Amino acid sequence: MNQPGTSEKATTPVRPLVAVEDLRVRFVTKDRTVHAVNGVDFTLAPGEVLCILGESGSGKSVTLRALMRLLPKHRAQLSGKVVVAGEDVTAMSERQLQQLRGGTVAMIFQEPMTALDPVFTLGTQITETIIRHDRVSRTEANRRALELLELVQIPSAKRRLAAYPHELSGGLRQRAMIAMALSCRPSVLLADEPTTALDATVQIQILLLLRSLQQQLGMGVLFVTHDLGVAGEIADRIAVMYAGRMVETGSVVDVMRNPLHPYTQGLLGATVHGGLRGQRLTTIPGSPPNLEYLGAGCSFAPRCAHATPRCDGEPPPAVSIGADRMARCVLVEKSAAEAAGG
Amino acid sequence: MAIQESATDTREPADGRAAPLLTVRGLKKYFPVSGGMFNRRVADVQAVDDITFEVARNETLGIVGESGCGKSTTARLLMRLIEPDTGDVRFDGQPVATPGGMPLREMRRRMQMVFQDSYSSLNPRLPIVDTIAYGPKVHGLARSEARARARGLLQKVGLDPDRFAGRYPHELSGGQRQRVNIARALALQPDLLILDEAVSALDKSVEAQVLNLLVDLKSQLDLTFIFISHDLNVVQFISDRVLVMYLGQVAEIGPVDAIYGEAAHPYTRALLSSRPSMDPERRVSEPPLTGDPPNPINPPSGCRFHTRCVFAEEVCRHKPPALAPVGRVAGHSAACHMAVAGSGHSRAVGA
Repeated sequence: MNQPGTSEKATTPVRPLVAVEDLRVRFVTKDRTVHAVNGVDFTLAPGEVLCILGESGSGKSVTLRALMRLLPKHRAQLSGKVVVAGEDVTAMSERQLQQLRGGTVAMIFQEPMTALDPVFTLGTQITETIIRHDRVSRTEANRRALELLELVQIPSAKRRLAAYPHELSGGLRQRAMIAMALSCRPSVLLADEPTTALDATVQIQILLLLRSLQQQLGMGVLFVTHDLGVAGEIADRIAVMYAGRMVETGSVVDVMRNPLHPYTQGLLGATVHGGLRGQRLTTIPGSPPNLEYLGAGCSFAPRCAHATPRCDGEPPPAVSIGADRMARCVLVEKSAAEAAGG
Repeated sequence: MAIQESATDTREPADGRAAPLLTVRGLKKYFPVSGGMFNRRVADVQAVDDITFEVARNETLGIVGESGCGKSTTARLLMRLIEPDTGDVRFDGQPVATPGGMPLREMRRRMQMVFQDSYSSLNPRLPIVDTIAYGPKVHGLARSEARARARGLLQKVGLDPDRFAGRYPHELSGGQRQRVNIARALALQPDLLILDEAVSALDKSVEAQVLNLLVDLKSQLDLTFIFISHDLNVVQFISDRVLVMYLGQVAEIGPVDAIYGEAAHPYTRALLSSRPSMDPERRVSEPPLTGDPPNPINPPSGCRFHTRCVFAEEVCRHKPPALAPVGRVAGHSAACHMAVAGSGHSRAVGA
C-alpha cells in the first residue's frame, strides 16, 4: 500500500475517504473578488497520501481548508461537492462541523507556535480535545495524552505534558501538534506545509514520523507543500495546482519522472539540485496570474512556451492517461490522441 | 568622489596571488540575556563565537547552517549593523572602522546586503526608482544622475524602467521586489554583496529566475558574494566555497566540491543526507540526526555537536576541536577531533 506508484486501487474500487467535485472558492469583498479555487476534483482513498503541490497563491491551502469549511464565513463563497467519510461537508450545520473538525478530520499547520495556545500546557490542550470529542474522564484523557506524546516520539513525555509551547524546540512543538491532531484517531489528516518552517535535519525527522504514523494508523493524508523534494519523500500521488486548478495528477513516480503538463515540467526544471552547478537554471518566465481577473482559457498559457491560440479561448481539457493519470493541457490531448492512433 | 570610480580596482600583492577582499579573524558576538531582580546579565546567547574566514575577490562564499547557528548575525556583524564584541575585519586589506582604517561609510558603500523579506526592506512610501536612487544621492550623486543610474539598474535586473520605475513596492510581486532589492544593493557599485536568505521566500520558479540573475550580475559587474542560506541545494549551485556553521562556530569550510563530495565533519554529512532524495523510489529511510539543534544560550561543552553526534567520545565532551586541514583538497578544513591525528579520538586519522 505504501509503495509509491502502486495503482492497483483502481481495479478494486474502495469507497473514497474524501471525494471533491468541482470545488470552487471565491473570496468576495466590497472592492474585489478573488477566484482562489476554480473547479477542483479529486479523491483520497483510505491509507493514501495525496500531496497537493503548488506555489503561493495556487489555491492549495484554500482547498485544504475547504474540506473542513475553515474559511471565513461571510467572505468565502464555496460551491461544489465535498464529501468526507460519506458525509457532505457543504451541507453540515455548525454543530456537525464541530464534530467533524478534530474528530474525523484533523489538521496540522505550518507554524506550531501560532497553532498551539501559548497559555495552556500541552497536556491541557491535548486532553481538552479528547474529553470534548470522546467524553472520557480526565484520568483516561491524561493517560491517552501521554500515550500520544510517546507515539510521536517526544522524549521524556511525562514531563513534557506539563510544558508550555514556548518551552519546546520547533521540532518538538511540531510533534506535539501532530499528537494533538491524532488524539481522536482521525481517518483523514490534513497537513498544511507542516515541515516548511523547520530546519533540514528536523524536517526529515518529521516527514519520517508522519510516514510511519500514517502507515501504523492507516490514515488518509492530504499533504500540501510547495516543495517537490518533500512530496517525493511522502506522497503516493501528487496533484499539481496552478491558479486554482489541478493541472496534473498522477502517482508520485509518474509525475516526478515524466511530468506531462508544461507547468510541472517547468517546476521540475526550476527546482535547484546539486547536479546543476555551473549550468543555467531552466525558469518559467513571468509570474502567476492575478486571481481577480481570470480568463476562460488556460491560466498558464501566458507563461507557456507551447501556448497556442486555442489555449487562450477555452479551458484546457482534462486528459486522462491510464487509470490514475490526468493532465489538463491541449498538448497532452494531442500526444494522447497520437499514441492512441498510432 | 569615491562613488564615481567603479569597482575595477584589482590591486594584487607582489607575489601575484590576489589578496582576499574580506578577511575575518576571531569574530565574536554574545548577546546578553538579562533577568533576575536587578535585570542583571544572567547568561549569553553565544550567537557568533570566534569565527575566522576569508573571501577572495570574485568568489562566492556560501554560508549554511540551521536556524540559530549565527549565519545571519555574522552577516550583520560584517555590515556593522551590530557591533562585534571582538574580531578583526579587513576589507580590501584595510581594517574596518578603526582609527586610521577604512571609515564605516566607505566600507558600507563597497559592501551591500540583500535581505530575505523583500517587502520590509523597501520603503513602502517611495516609488522604487527613488528607493534605488536614495543611496547614491546620500553619497553625493546629483539627483538626476542618481535617477538615471537607478533606471539603468532596473533594466539590468530585468525590470523595464518605463513600466516599473514609478511603482510602489506593494504593486510588485515577491520576485520583482527582490529584483528591486538587488538593484538597490548595486546602486553604490559595491564590490561585495551579502545575500542573506535572499531567495528563500520566493517560489521555486521565481527562485530560479533570481539565481540566474545573480550569476549574470556577478560576472558582468565583477562582484563577490557571500551567500547565506539554509537551502543546501541552492548553496551548492551558486557557491565556490562553502562554510558550514553550527551553534555560532565554523564546523567545516572548503571548496564546494570537497564539502559536498567528501565532507569531513559528521554534522556536514548529516546535513547533506537530510536533503530529500528527489527520487520517490529511493527515499530517506532513517533520519540522519535526532533532536533539534541545542540552545545557543548554554551550548554544549567541548565540541558543540557532541550531543547529536553518533561518533561522540569522551574527548569530544571536554575539548573543543580546532579547525584543522582535512582531505586532499587545499583549503578544506573541519573542526572535528576525528580529523586530527593524535586528538585522543579512537577514529582519529592515522590512529
